[in-house]
Amino acid sequence: MALSLLGPHPARYLRSARPWRAAGYLFTGAVTGAAACAALLLLAVAGTALAVVLVGLPLLAALALAGVPYAALERRRLRILDPAAEPLPDPHREPDRTGPTAWAGTRFREPATWRELGYAVLAATVLWPLELLALGGALLVPADLLATPVLLALDGEQANPLKIHGITTYPPALLCAAAGLLLLPLFLYGIGVLAAARAALARLMLAPGQGDLAVRVTELTSSRARLAAAFDAERRRIERDLHDGAQQRLVALSMSLGLARLDAPPGSPLAAQLALAHTEAGQALTSLRELIHGIHPQVLTDRGLPDAVADVADRSPIPVDTGFDLPGRLPEQAESAGYFFVTEALANAARHSGAGRITVTGRHDGARLVVEVADDGRGGADAARGSGLTGLADRVSVVDGRLTLTSPPGGPTLLRVEIPCIPLEPKVP
Amino acid sequence: MRIVLAEDSVLLREGLVGLLARFGHETVAAVGDAVELEAAVAEHRPDIVVTDVRMPPDHTDEGLRAAVRLRGLRADLPVLVLSQYVQRSYAAELLDSGDGTGVGYLLKDRVGQVEEFADAVARVAAGGTVVDPEVVRQLIRRRRDPLERLTAREREVLALIAEGHSNSEVSRRLTVSEAAVGKHIGNILMKLDLPPAQESHRRVLAVLAYLRG
Repeated sequence: MALSLLGPHPARYLRSARPWRAAGYLFTGAVTGAAACAALLLLAVAGTALAVVLVGLPLLAALALAGVPYAALERRRLRILDPAAEPLPDPHREPDRTGPTAWAGTRFREPATWRELGYAVLAATVLWPLELLALGGALLVPADLLATPVLLALDGEQANPLKIHGITTYPPALLCAAAGLLLLPLFLYGIGVLAAARAALARLMLAPGQGDLAVRVTELTSSRARLAAAFDAERRRIERDLHDGAQQRLVALSMSLGLARLDAPPGSPLAAQLALAHTEAGQALTSLRELIHGIHPQVLTDRGLPDAVADVADRSPIPVDTGFDLPGRLPEQAESAGYFFVTEALANAARHSGAGRITVTGRHDGARLVVEVADDGRGGADAARGSGLTGLADRVSVVDGRLTLTSPPGGPTLLRVEIPCIPLEPKVP
Repeated sequence: MRIVLAEDSVLLREGLVGLLARFGHETVAAVGDAVELEAAVAEHRPDIVVTDVRMPPDHTDEGLRAAVRLRGLRADLPVLVLSQYVQRSYAAELLDSGDGTGVGYLLKDRVGQVEEFADAVARVAAGGTVVDPEVVRQLIRRRRDPLERLTAREREVLALIAEGHSNSEVSRRLTVSEAAVGKHIGNILMKLDLPPAQESHRRVLAVLAYLRG
């Protein structure tokens, strides 16, 4: 069992570079462990002593974070033992902002930081003396025994292998050398197993754990939600700019042209030119109005989902019945996702379903906004094929929503979205 | 006619004052937000209020809400609301305020059609009801109950009533006799379950039924 730590071919172990790698790993481990011991002691003593005058507090903070660089070194040091293995991934995440304060703040909140500190303390107190002892014993004992005949020859009278017994004649000295020769591979196996166990401990404590992954997933989810919110805010800004700028100017232009037409002599070329310009301005206004509405419907901001959906229903070529039962306004993101779900679903239905009637219903079940779009069309909609449906699912997933589709051939088709959200406090009018 | 005008864009406000003056109306106050609007109405007691839906400071539907509040205080105050886009619920809310007469809901684009716009202002001030043709057009497309019971011609007539036209104007536009228009209106009111009462009020109720779909 322990031999399995030595790799796939324990029998070839001695002929490979592995014993030397193991020795190197343990030796550097002992050195870095001792250095960590000194550093931790220094930080702890200085920090505690100076804590009364507040200077020590940053030192104590540094002590808490000391595991981070040590663990980074340890993860690299694993490659001494096994250069071919995948390097251990860093369990830490990037701080949100730059600067040392943000960095420390992020690190303090991560479980990995505290695991690394524990590992550093363990290495600095228990592991490095053991490593040193094992390495020393495994190399010095066989070497000492092997050297007995040489030492006897040099001394001429007596040799004391392992400082326990005086040997004065050559037969026992040669016997000692033979014992050393036998012990050397045994001890080399020993340090191989020890190094592998030490590396396993490092992997266990320094690789990203479940907690770190959860933190990362949460971080990804919230950054995605922030991105979506930023997009929504940008859409609203563009809508506002177009409305307050271009649209007002065009209305003013159209108004001036209208007034100019009143003063132009009827039937004159000028009147005809003005009429043309006036019509053009009117068409530009219509296009601009549609464009603005498509970017972000103001009614969604003003009145919420039911009114905004009623507005979309008004524009649908297929008659749409709507029924909403919501406890007041919902968070912007949920309303926006629900709205774009309905617009996309209605557009899809108009394009593909062949339906004669569509029903849109919405309710809040206490934890989620549930919106359903049902049509009496031919069915057979497939989420895997329709790019519109894929886009819908992507859009909904940003707010942790779930999209379900039932559409048997022959219909009816039911699209349903569930978006977790909590209703806002009812606004005082 | 004395007008209080509320419009946050200075460019448009100046333009509207000029336009209204061109048609012989006096703008007694031209303001830039809903709070000033309510103060100006209290001070000047105008014949009609013309206001944009979207106003500072929130740039949402403050102008509309101010209009509804003003009609809550003085039910017969004529109000013409300009909106940058068609919104059925805005129109319905306006018609619900006061007794439903003397209100108008128009797309802002319509001010470019200066004569039609001046005409709408006059009709609203005279107690008429004006709903933007675009709202009407969308509603016709919906073809929902109880409007499904109406014939195509009856829906045309109702649409023109919703736009605020009189019977004679409707008859001129559809090139039918005024008597025929009266007959159509009678049928519409019957089909929408509006029993005979004050004629003008029932016309408004019919438009409301129309708007609510």
